Amino acid sequence: MDRPLGLLAELTYKCPLHCPYCSNPVTVPRAAELTLHEWCRVLAEARQLGVLQLHLTGGEPLARPDLTPLVAQARDLGFYVNLVTSGVGLDERRASELAHAGLDHVQLSMQDADRMAADEVAGARVFDRKLAAARAVTAAELPLTINVVLHRGNIGRIGAIADLAATLGAERLELAHTQYYGWGLLNRSALLPTRDQVVAAEHAVAHARATYGDILEILYVVADYHESYPKPCMHGWGRRHLVIAPDGRVLPCPAAAQIVGLGIETVRERPLNEIWHHSPAFTRYRGYGWMSEPCRSCPRKEIDFGGCRCQAFQLTGDASRADPVCQLSPDNHLVEAALQVVGPPHQPLHPRSNPSVE
Amino acid sequence: MTAALALTDRPQLRRGVRAATDPLSDETVLLFPEGVLILNETAAAVVRHCDGCLSVAEVVRAVGEVYDGVAVEDVMSLLRDLIAQKLLVANRG
Repeated sequence: MDRPLGLLAELTYKCPLHCPYCSNPVTVPRAAELTLHEWCRVLAEARQLGVLQLHLTGGEPLARPDLTPLVAQARDLGFYVNLVTSGVGLDERRASELAHAGLDHVQLSMQDADRMAADEVAGARVFDRKLAAARAVTAAELPLTINVVLHRGNIGRIGAIADLAATLGAERLELAHTQYYGWGLLNRSALLPTRDQVVAAEHAVAHARATYGDILEILYVVADYHESYPKPCMHGWGRRHLVIAPDGRVLPCPAAAQIVGLGIETVRERPLNEIWHHSPAFTRYRGYGWMSEPCRSCPRKEIDFGGCRCQAFQLTGDASRADPVCQLSPDNHLVEAALQVVGPPHQPLHPRSNPSVE
Repeated sequence: MTAALALTDRPQLRRGVRAATDPLSDETVLLFPEGVLILNETAAAVVRHCDGCLSVAEVVRAVGEVYDGVAVEDVMSLLRDLIAQKLLVANRG
């Protein structure tokens, strides 16, 4: 049986930013966030299950006043602890507190290299606060990765984004194309880059890599809509990763809650170990048995695991179909159609609001 | 891509990369923001000596005291591989 290596802990859905590509669900169930005490129990269970890496995310994890004791507990348990943050609320005092608690790494989101464009996408004046947060991270001697979600509005500024990341003292820059889930899917036609933009972006990444060499490692996460084959989503369903939502629901990926009838369970009802091994939400698409053609007989199934179940669900209404991104999928025309309706450069975006409750 | 590496270089884990023991298998693993690398026993012994003080030659010698048949070229090849994966840096000796 496979064991999970990574746990994505969504500590809260609250966020001071309103990024229109946020992959958080557009609506969430009404349920209280797990308490510090509950998280500590769940982290101990995750450790016993074999999880090595903990990614603290949200929403904005800094919105939790008990983040520092949570980091300390996680580090005591032996996790590699990564904080995924917007940087809002990360001043020098808090960064140093988190470093002393044992935080291993900070992944800081930036929206753009251009202040006005960045603040417009974030829906808040946060660009300068993010620069200050980056400085607080490096002052606390924590390793820093800058993460930028690419979309039609910022994809032309990859060179300037790399310059900014290097200036801020980041060791790594992750340039990740928008994944079309949650708010991202809602805003898809305004966010999707054109094919020409994607080609130009690849050149810009190669150029930035040549410029910065070993000073700045640049990770580039491709735009799956523009690829011929799907991404190996989560390295396989229920295989290497699990996600715990703010209210304790345990999911195979951050977007899975939308799949109707998945049989999601929570850490408030059942031990994590049992959920991982036996919850219908995890067993449903684990392995290869659930696949139909063209995946079932496809030699690539061990490379990409049939792609993304959520993407199949979103585009076809059936999560067991091949990821429509795949050129072999009978539903590939749905992706082609989305690429055809890439709209004008400045289309209105629906900013992420703090979660409405269903 | 092959990273340049000299016997006098002093390798160490890159900042943000941590060696740890897997609680399930007792194997040594390298943990870093994007993933996990499981090391075999000799690779783990090599990495444990990469403290930024010992030179590559000294690492080879130290590991050779514990394990038989440690070849300089094998250690160099492992270190180059870890450097290419951005898990290790080589301070110029």
